[in-house]
Amino acid sequence: MAPHSISRRDFLKTTGGLVVSFNLFEPVLSLLAQGGTPLSNAGGLSPDQLDSWLAVAPDGTVSVFTSKVDLGTGTGTALGQIVAEELDVLISKINMEIGDTTRTVDQGRTSASRTLERAGPQMRQAAAAARQELLKRASASLGAPAGQLTVADGVVSVAGDSAKNISYAALVGGKPFDTKVAASGEQWDLKVAPEVKPKDPKDYKVVGTSVPRFDLPPKFTGEFTYAHDVRVPGMLHGRVVRPPVVNSKPASVDEASVRNIPGVVKVVQQGSFVGVVAETEWAAIRAARALKVTWSAPPGRFPAGPDAMYDYLQNTRGFSERVGVDNGNVAAALTQAAKRFEATYRWPFQMHGMIGPSCAVADVQGDKATVWSGSQAPFITRNGIARLLGIREENVHFIYREGSGCFGRLEPDDAPEDAALMSRAVGRPVRVQWMREDEHGWEPKGPPQLITIRSGLDGQGNVTAWDYAERTLPWTDARLSPMLASRQTGIRPDENGFAIGGGDGIPYAFANRKTTAASIPWMTNPNPLRTANLRAPYAQARCFASESQMDDMAAAASIDPVEFRLRYLGESKRTADVLRAAANKAGWQARPSRASGGGGGGSAGGSGNIATGRGVAISGMAGTVVAQVADVEVDKSSGKVTVRKVTVAHDCGIIVNPDGLRNQIEGNVIQGASRALMEEVVFDSAGVKNVNWNSYPIIRFREVPDVDIVLINQREMPPMGGGEASSIATGAAIANAVFDAVGVRLRQVPFTPERVLRALRAGTV
Amino acid sequence: MARVSLRVNGTSRVVDTDPTTPLLYVLRNDLSLQGPKFGCGLGQCGACTVIMDGNAVRSCSLPVSSVRNRAITTLEGLGTVARPHPLQRAFIAEQAAQCGMCMNGMIMTAKVLLDKNPNPSAGQIKDALDGNLCRCASHLRVIRAIQRAARERA
Repeated sequence: MAPHSISRRDFLKTTGGLVVSFNLFEPVLSLLAQGGTPLSNAGGLSPDQLDSWLAVAPDGTVSVFTSKVDLGTGTGTALGQIVAEELDVLISKINMEIGDTTRTVDQGRTSASRTLERAGPQMRQAAAAARQELLKRASASLGAPAGQLTVADGVVSVAGDSAKNISYAALVGGKPFDTKVAASGEQWDLKVAPEVKPKDPKDYKVVGTSVPRFDLPPKFTGEFTYAHDVRVPGMLHGRVVRPPVVNSKPASVDEASVRNIPGVVKVVQQGSFVGVVAETEWAAIRAARALKVTWSAPPGRFPAGPDAMYDYLQNTRGFSERVGVDNGNVAAALTQAAKRFEATYRWPFQMHGMIGPSCAVADVQGDKATVWSGSQAPFITRNGIARLLGIREENVHFIYREGSGCFGRLEPDDAPEDAALMSRAVGRPVRVQWMREDEHGWEPKGPPQLITIRSGLDGQGNVTAWDYAERTLPWTDARLSPMLASRQTGIRPDENGFAIGGGDGIPYAFANRKTTAASIPWMTNPNPLRTANLRAPYAQARCFASESQMDDMAAAASIDPVEFRLRYLGESKRTADVLRAAANKAGWQARPSRASGGGGGGSAGGSGNIATGRGVAISGMAGTVVAQVADVEVDKSSGKVTVRKVTVAHDCGIIVNPDGLRNQIEGNVIQGASRALMEEVVFDSAGVKNVNWNSYPIIRFREVPDVDIVLINQREMPPMGGGEASSIATGAAIANAVFDAVGVRLRQVPFTPERVLRALRAGTV
Repeated sequence: MARVSLRVNGTSRVVDTDPTTPLLYVLRNDLSLQGPKFGCGLGQCGACTVIMDGNAVRSCSLPVSSVRNRAITTLEGLGTVARPHPLQRAFIAEQAAQCGMCMNGMIMTAKVLLDKNPNPSAGQIKDALDGNLCRCASHLRVIRAIQRAARERA
């Protein structure tokens, strides 16, 4: 079974910039021409009924129904705080009911740090409408105008006569509200009861406090039920069998090869999907390993590795080229610049790297199915399964059970479809859990990015030109595209991929500024390098490139990096404020980079082989602004970069739960450091090579930096995303700190010791 | 299939299973103990950690036939939400997790550390937990939780 021999020339063959011949790819342009009907992301309860959002039990417990799932970030608790605040009930009376497609309104997928920003107001207004309705009923019951009523701990009292009172439970406990509320738009853009006036933020008592997370205690005792812990009567265990080489299909499957394993129930093959079902989990694992499959010769191959991948990005015409910003005349400004800078930055394929691999349970009975998983998009998962099985969407009941922290990986949630196919084949519930090599090998990856920036300074050190050009892959598995099992059984992707916009990730007001982004065609078949959104998608690389370039210019102009940035933040007060706050907290001493050509104020820090440095970077995402200062040590003999401390200043509008936000920021920064320092998917033309934690290392306890946090609370602003924003600038701040320490400019992630050592020896600047 | 006797959380249990089955699957599927988690099946991440005869071991890589009559403690053997172990109480107080998928390994490894060294330095905690992976990156909180547990036990 020799793999096809395809020369690099074959798959980089382009003419007039148009891709004409790809063994590797399906023809992108024809796919685009087909259009295709996007997978429906709709369903759930009607948003214009109060009962779709809230229910009061006879004991006063308030159940809150939301399809915004808590991915382990604490949003369930935060949304509960928002509801408790509006209703004036004790936080201990809140019961979150999350992600059941038969019991919730479709509020859209959970991603892009939009839960508090989008679902926050939806839940707040639903609760405010409920309070209004409850006060109306209390008014009738107590014989007092609603304006004279107050609420405390779920009990409505007449002001000045607290003996006259009635509880929410007495008003509606155990009964539906049967009340309509205004609703318009859908999912993220859904507006609920917009005419109802919510509480004034200055009266908040619960929002803004560090309510302990509802989910954590049972997670520390084993009493929490994750998706991985779901067990249903009669359940069997399934495992998937993936091809060893990309794009190969099962030519024949030898069922006899597993017949001697006790407990094997069935070998399931449909299209190129292969799986085994067994009575016990261990039998399923043994059978998946033992099953003899003859795989077809692969019809196409990947680029021969990361370097070839960057060549591919460079040399292939994008199917989408978008201009994000085009201010002034960049070409003329570059020509006139006193000093010009041009550099190319590389960010690799990276993994989401869930600690617990994909897992789901499905029970398919006739034309109905019940599915449990940790999907970020309950309705997309539900509707994908309906399409896969050819049954009605409302016949699929999806029940959310939290999975492993997933960072975008479970927006395209594959395991439910694997489980559904196998359950249908055996007529019993089947639990599927991916093995570690399945997850590392076949999770959709964060795409690589190739960014070239040309910029210029005038004689006074002012930025006069900024020309940012990014080349990257689209998300081929994002949002509306079928999951692996669907693709393996012949359902074609609906979209070519999710083409990206043209941002450079920075807020600087340059007079001559242009940003472009090219989305390069990529494979849409089931393959281990399909792409999906990975935490702060595309943003880390953009920040790394832009903020490295800024640092280069600041150094060349012999200007302190903080001061240099502040010059271009006049219109961005919040960003300037977080930058100053981070610098102050970090004890930033104004000076040019030590590596500055202009003689920056002092000798290099550190002693012996250890050099120390500090670097700064800023970022923004969906309204949240962040500045970070990294303090690093570089071992000049080994090239090892150690991040000692990262100081973060963070402004995401009003803070709902300060400790929850700090928890997110610590995690974001440490994960961001991990991605910058050590993470890269290694592959060759046949497939992904790092399929376990030894070959795809992530940061460990000994390497974790301290994280020092300044929270800026904007009580008059709405809440904005805290889930990802603080992951963005960490890599850039580290790169700038390495430059400060040893004077070499790192332009490719990850900053492995080998790469740093090479740069030190070459004196790369 | 074979009958295998186990001592788990102070109770004798007998399971009828393929003796090559790793202990993890027996705990989770036969004994309904869902504290230990499958992370990698390779002994690389620590999510499946249990305590056996006083040592932290990776239950994903131990055939059940090799642990006959050894004293095994799982996360459930420490405490419950209603009656948490001091370590669990410290993890709650420090809100030391996000998704929590790795926390079984963190707590069980910390238990063995504190049993052997009741007052570890931050460096010793990092050394003890270096083989436990956490993708949400709750490392700093885990360290603080272990320090709190040591402090409150002292």
